[in-house]
Amino acid sequence: MRVVVDLTRCQGYAQCAFLAPEVFRMVGDEALLFDPVPSDEQRVKVLRAAAACPVQALRVDLADDVPVPPIEPARTSGGDRARGEGRIVVVGASLAGLTAAETLREEGFTGSLTMIGDEPAEPYDRPPLSKQVQTGWASSTDTTLPRRRDIDADWRLGVAATALDLKHNTVSLSDGTDVAFDRLLVATGVRARPWPVAAEADLDGVFTVRTRADAAVLRERLNAGPRRVLIIGAGFTGSELASVCAELGVPVTVAEAGPSPLIGALGGVIGRISAEIMREHGVDLRTSTRVASLQGEQGRLRRALLSDGTTIDVDVAVVALGGIRNVEWLEGSGLAVGMWGLACDAGCRAFDASGLVTEDVFVAGDVARQPQPVFGYQFLAMEHWGNAVTQARVAAHNMISDKTDRWPHLEIPVFWSVQFGNNIKSVGVPPIADQIAVTQGSVQNRRFVAAYGYKGRLVGAVSWNHGRWLDHYHRLIEQAAPFPLPYDVTDPPVDGSPVPAEFPERVLPARDATVVVTGHDPSERQATLIHSSPAASGSRS
Amino acid sequence: MTAASPFEQIVDYANRADPWPLYEKLRAQPVWQEADGTFVVGGFREIDALLHDPRISSDPSNLLPEYADKAPPPDAPGELPNALIRTDPPRHDTLRRITMRQFGPPHRPDLIDELTPTLEAIVTRLVDGLAGKDDADIVDTIAYPFPVEVITELLGVPPEDAPRFQAWVEPIVNAFGDPTPERWRARTDAFKQLAAYMFDLAQQRRGDPGPDMISGLVTDDGPEGRLEGGDLFATLVLLLIAGHETTVNLIANGWLTLLRHPEALRRLRTEPDFSIRLVEELLRYEPSVHFLPNRSAVADIELGGTTIKKGHPLVLVLASGNRDPEFIPHPDRFDPDRTGNMHLAFGSGIHYCVGAPLARLEAQLALTQLAKRLRDPRLIADPPPYRISPILRGPTHLPVAFSGVHPA
Repeated sequence: MRVVVDLTRCQGYAQCAFLAPEVFRMVGDEALLFDPVPSDEQRVKVLRAAAACPVQALRVDLADDVPVPPIEPARTSGGDRARGEGRIVVVGASLAGLTAAETLREEGFTGSLTMIGDEPAEPYDRPPLSKQVQTGWASSTDTTLPRRRDIDADWRLGVAATALDLKHNTVSLSDGTDVAFDRLLVATGVRARPWPVAAEADLDGVFTVRTRADAAVLRERLNAGPRRVLIIGAGFTGSELASVCAELGVPVTVAEAGPSPLIGALGGVIGRISAEIMREHGVDLRTSTRVASLQGEQGRLRRALLSDGTTIDVDVAVVALGGIRNVEWLEGSGLAVGMWGLACDAGCRAFDASGLVTEDVFVAGDVARQPQPVFGYQFLAMEHWGNAVTQARVAAHNMISDKTDRWPHLEIPVFWSVQFGNNIKSVGVPPIADQIAVTQGSVQNRRFVAAYGYKGRLVGAVSWNHGRWLDHYHRLIEQAAPFPLPYDVTDPPVDGSPVPAEFPERVLPARDATVVVTGHDPSERQATLIHSSPAASGSRS
Repeated sequence: MTAASPFEQIVDYANRADPWPLYEKLRAQPVWQEADGTFVVGGFREIDALLHDPRISSDPSNLLPEYADKAPPPDAPGELPNALIRTDPPRHDTLRRITMRQFGPPHRPDLIDELTPTLEAIVTRLVDGLAGKDDADIVDTIAYPFPVEVITELLGVPPEDAPRFQAWVEPIVNAFGDPTPERWRARTDAFKQLAAYMFDLAQQRRGDPGPDMISGLVTDDGPEGRLEGGDLFATLVLLLIAGHETTVNLIANGWLTLLRHPEALRRLRTEPDFSIRLVEELLRYEPSVHFLPNRSAVADIELGGTTIKKGHPLVLVLASGNRDPEFIPHPDRFDPDRTGNMHLAFGSGIHYCVGAPLARLEAQLALTQLAKRLRDPRLIADPPPYRISPILRGPTHLPVAFSGVHPA
């Protein structure tokens, strides 16, 4: 059977781990790991676990669930034509793509639905790939997502979308065919940023972790007992993999160009806590250190030269330098794409290069970049699991709804990470903050909440093994609450005074020109994208 | 004289059998301030927000002096500190982690799962005991003895002592319903005796430990040490009482609800795994704990146009939140097919019920056995007589007639 847990919602109540201990496992105070493919004899226990979840974060495949009488399609107001006769194409057979497809059917869409994905597999869950799959606890790398309902789709898997023609409303595929649509959802996500030196990236032993295939090979290598693993980049993926190596007893070096781990997402104050924990677990953490070169013999990785002048012998290097948004296939389409993704309005409708909103093209998930009203209408790209789900639902709803019934996607970002037995969760947009203040608990005991503020306003919070409190901060952020918190709490920290949050200087997308503007009369004015990225020739879905 | 407020009517024993219309009245206003200064909240979202709000305290010492009589007195003066349900972090978190080490994940992840066959055997034997009868009180024969036997087994309390501690538990539980000085005194006396009993038992286990929780609590040194002295006895008393009292109500309320909804009873007999969602819906529809009393705010809280004032007693009416139409569609419909059933039966936030997984399993197993084995069960009294407490709400007796018992 198949299971997935929405760890964005999970608050660590452990009901699942009590009721189905072979499938759900608590790590430390509140982090949850699970086997995405439990054996069939676990079924009743898993169903008990799913029903008991206090925040209803467990999803079990329809085929395995207790049958329920069918319910009539939920909403029928507006958008009836698109619901009945339309052709919807979803590019990206991902969490966002699948969620959108399920939502379309749930809301009564009866037209044709085509799902296009460049990987050969049906949509699968990625978070376990850098965690329980690598420690070998999850029974396989098969993390195919459970289905909430039958979506009755035409699946085109293993073929990438290569181009979009908005004049004729067609998507071109790598197998030479075209698919026509009335409404298109772009959910092509991101891919792992490869090691920039191609010859070094090609060495046997140099990996990225994004796909199921990546994870399977890496798992094999980690299990084979390498002399040492080098992890390049101490963001969340890099830190989680360092944690896996420590758990497996594999010597590991982490090279991070910035002054501490997690600094881009959570800032230097939190980053230093993370660094301490890594070192306590025996990780050889080198901050402010770059990898100068990866060196091999007979095509196999042997050592790495670091910017601190040292050379380390390694058999495995994992490149964890973030992602590249899969937008190259859209570059000739006239849509507003760039390194930050495909821009859209708060209703998930894509913008064209001039900044005009389109009617037929929608975006969701990691590839989307949308204005967030709560944060001064800044365009935000949210590469988070929870956002893929909620944005896909909004996009799907809007695709088949009249303009009077459209929803805005007003999601406050939430993400989580499990490393070294710690459950780290964040809400809001910490990187825009100028200050941070511990608000509850004890940093020394690694059980605390800290709030992020920007110009006297609360913009984010991070919980460290204290996730049950995060909802409170979520509400406060939505209410534009002041920072620092102006009231007493039950478990005040030793020192709750605000200090600089220590984020690296941000690369603002506005700094580089991405378009040229032509024409003089308002009717002729037009912006055209400039493509300068070397990756522009590639194509992904 | 002014009319009684919804909350005063809820507490009134005359309304015990059907408090639901009063909860609807309560929800007409997000926050009520009672004449005595107590704040009462009955909406799902408001309760949920307060249960995750770090300004909310469970520690009675945060009540203003004039409200000291609203909270129970210290459990036994000079002897017992507050148990973990009446503490705040960081103390609460430490007490809870040390306790959970003996009960569940991550330290003892398999305990409840491995106990399942024992639960099944106990309830099978209890239902066997109904054979040859035409009627029975389901509280006395199943709903009470089943969880009592389970908690004694789990804690390592000799089952033959059950009548002794039952006599102490009753005044402890009843005091909360309608607190009077006499009731508080009776509660304190009972607490002392129960704690003394636990003290003897703990001493005994220290010398001769078994696989039970008491042995674990008195011998196992986790990273945060053991519970010592008063903390140990306060925790043991809490585990013993909370470990069965609420489950008695869950099973009794559940069986009553099934007899009022014959279609659900029929499906429980025939559809495999039906009990899983059924019990979740019962928890929502007929929860065992109707409200959480004795909370307070450590700072003023703006909520629903009212200010919940610092140091005033705060009551969160969970059972009302479970029927809030702003959060739950058709909340007064008993619908075991509900998906995504979120409710407040076990609370939420850091004080979420420790025993929830056990309570769920016990209810699933007991109600399934009753449904499958009792032939043609009928309620003899509807409504049945209720216990005094408006907090731990459930029938004192649930007389049911039936036409024989199928073998297990």
